[in-house]
Amino acid sequence: MSATLTKSAPTPGAGGGTPGRGAAVRGALGGALRSREIAVAVVLLVVVAVATVRNDSFLLSADGWRDLLLTPSILLLLAAGQMMVIVTRSVDLSVGSTMALTAYLTGRLFIDVPGIPIIVVVLAGVALGAVLGLVNGVLVAYGQVPALVITLGTMYVYRGIMLTWAGSDRINAGDMPSGFLALGTKQVLTIPLLTIVAVAVVAVVGYYLHTARSGRELYAIGSDPDAAKLYGLKVPTRVLTAFVLCGALAGLAGVVHAARYGTVSSGVGNGIELQAVGAAVIGGVAIFGGSGTVWGAAIGAVLLVTINRALPILGIPDFWQRAVVGALILGAVVLDRVLALRQSRKYDEEREG
Amino acid sequence: MSDTPSTPSAPATPVLEMADVRKSFGPVAALRSGTMTVEPGSIHALVGENGAGKSTLVKIVAGVHRRDGGTLRFEGADVDFTSTAESKGAGIAVIYQEPTLFPDLSVTENIFMGRQPLGRGRRIDRAAMLKETTEIFERLGVDIDPRRPALGLSIADQQIIEIAKAISLDARLLIMDEPTAALSGVEVERLFAVARSLRDEGRGLVFISHRFEEVFALCDRVTVMRDGAYVATTDIATTTPDAIVEMMVGREVGELFPKTVATIGEPVLEVRGLRSAGTFRDISFDVRAGEIVGLAGLVGAGRSEIARAVFGVDAYDAGTVTMRGKKVRPRRPRAAIAAGMAFVPEDRRKQGLVVDASVARNVASVIRRQLSSLGLLTGRAENKASGPWAGRLEVKTNALDMAATTMSGGNQQKVVIAKWLATEPQLLIIDEPTRGIDVGTKAEVHRLLSDLAGQGLAILMISSELPEVLGMADRVLVVREGQITAELDRTEATPESVMKAATAGAVPTELTPVLPDALLKEVGA
Repeated sequence: MSATLTKSAPTPGAGGGTPGRGAAVRGALGGALRSREIAVAVVLLVVVAVATVRNDSFLLSADGWRDLLLTPSILLLLAAGQMMVIVTRSVDLSVGSTMALTAYLTGRLFIDVPGIPIIVVVLAGVALGAVLGLVNGVLVAYGQVPALVITLGTMYVYRGIMLTWAGSDRINAGDMPSGFLALGTKQVLTIPLLTIVAVAVVAVVGYYLHTARSGRELYAIGSDPDAAKLYGLKVPTRVLTAFVLCGALAGLAGVVHAARYGTVSSGVGNGIELQAVGAAVIGGVAIFGGSGTVWGAAIGAVLLVTINRALPILGIPDFWQRAVVGALILGAVVLDRVLALRQSRKYDEEREG
Repeated sequence: MSDTPSTPSAPATPVLEMADVRKSFGPVAALRSGTMTVEPGSIHALVGENGAGKSTLVKIVAGVHRRDGGTLRFEGADVDFTSTAESKGAGIAVIYQEPTLFPDLSVTENIFMGRQPLGRGRRIDRAAMLKETTEIFERLGVDIDPRRPALGLSIADQQIIEIAKAISLDARLLIMDEPTAALSGVEVERLFAVARSLRDEGRGLVFISHRFEEVFALCDRVTVMRDGAYVATTDIATTTPDAIVEMMVGREVGELFPKTVATIGEPVLEVRGLRSAGTFRDISFDVRAGEIVGLAGLVGAGRSEIARAVFGVDAYDAGTVTMRGKKVRPRRPRAAIAAGMAFVPEDRRKQGLVVDASVARNVASVIRRQLSSLGLLTGRAENKASGPWAGRLEVKTNALDMAATTMSGGNQQKVVIAKWLATEPQLLIIDEPTRGIDVGTKAEVHRLLSDLAGQGLAILMISSELPEVLGMADRVLVVREGQITAELDRTEATPESVMKAATAGAVPTELTPVLPDALLKEVGA
């Protein structure tokens, strides 16, 4: 007996005992991960198709086509930013207020500094958003207070600052140069410029999250914050970065809002923060962090906006429109839970077997 | 043994040298003199009782804690790590008892997180990452898909990932904190094979374990710690498990309050054949009126889990719990309370008290239904009901409406006990009764328990502190890896007999194949 045991040293793996399970898991898992984005995209296509059948101008008229692509651009930017924060197991409820502040700043700059270059205004909006995000990030990362509470507070503070600053003022199209407003209607090969900007931002975020170390660390932090600390990751810095990026994108969304609608009132972005969270959840971003893609959040955003536009065409009353959006979010969460349970049961069976 | 340790040609610089390293947390000295020298190409065992300071020592080396004093040298150079990233960068890898992985990320990402190979434009080179993972797994001879998420991996596989991490870091020092606690025999052997091959490459390994048969099968040298201090270092070849146990426990029992004699009556609690898959099995014991039964064993042996199952907090797969001849429904703490059980959990601040509420409210919380009239509970009723209890237990508090959070640990513990005594229980289950309580108050808690037993209460006490178990218990049940390995009478229970049963006493069946007979004979087990 001892003879067989004494020469165990350089031959590890004699007791592997779990052959061939890799491929099956990979296939199933890859399918599940891919299917989420695809599933949401399919729902989106169905919604568009049904609405078009009901009223073909929804898709087939020039205006319908433009609105279909243009309307989601603001929520796309917000969802992309929100997604980065959620993936670290936080949330940013202040993005609607941030967007309102930068939208007002945009108009204010055009009024107060005649002849200011458009690019300077855009950068100023992004910079203000980043600063507001920095405030959130510092409080969350170093204050050790849950992001939900912090950003709920800053949501009201930022909105309050905007209301105080703007007073009864309202920015109108006439206050802004036509070159700027043209950005809101400009199209390249029938695709609105603002949509191209939003999609480009989503692509850059996706690339960053996939290929940069710091991008991957956002996932790691959300997946297990304690483990992230033991790995020696710079947890506060990364969380701070996510909030700054989210704020900057909200800032850009504010500028886009000004260009798209030509007016800025005090109610800009009211409640849109929850739509951004909803878009991410619908797109398969886990609310407790660690998983999900920016593509999922983006498609979720497009679906949310498109459903809101399609339901009136389908003759569904206002009350039910909200209920449908709610059902969508609940459905997404339940689906996630069911999939997760099924997955973990499968792993358990593998281990037992 | 044919796998001889590698013999370095020149006298090599030790990988790790620690001398008189100290660390205190507030007034508590967790480590008084940490001393250990690990040579390259050797596996060094670190053993000691619960609370001997092993984990603190490891965390200082790992950069989790900073030492208060003493010298720490790594590969001949003085070091002072301020973060885990620094120690990792220097070439130290630590595998904690609980693997620390990111469940959502792939196995490969888990291995390389924070230091992924970068290609052009600082992009993560996923192909290189995957290739290296595959190579490491091939070397380790494990069949884990590098692309799968860490979620759902067995503990053994998670540990392999941790080791793969250490290898990819090219760690010169690998510390394993009880890596085998959750492993089966085959998995342990696989881990050992990997450990030996790492040793033969000239790395230094530190192996923390309570299983002496493993220490003797794997390690070259052993360092014993006790009460936060270094005791001795010897070659494995020249020592025995008995000698190590002696070094681990060698201290006086008796400065604590001894239990007064009580008449022991009929069985109150009868547990038969309790089993919970993966946690404990074949648990059968009685607790009689007026008796204190001590549940001893190492942290993680399954003692608290047994208590929680008996009280109905956790589910169990088989077995029965009977109170005074009547079966208690499983998974129903309220049924357990109705049957006369009381449960003082280990973490009293989190599970035993509403720390922000008043003393009176806490004491009255379990009996609030009896106290309320028309579903409403008045502060007056709470005060009236809790006053006598607080007085009897000498809870030192100015007023019953003071928040529990402002009190000392000992007084908080009394409040928790008072809360349960108000239900007039027949059985008190108490988990670590004096953890975090200063020495003076400890004796008060002990006297209280002793008095309660004297009045006929049956007490099941879980304690990791040997002197407490030996001083208080009429009978000691030793739990090891989910099984009761010894039942010792007050007269039979000594530090040595309890420690032996808790560590090396009985070899669990699934471990038997790991142990070479010759080796067992050699060490006299």
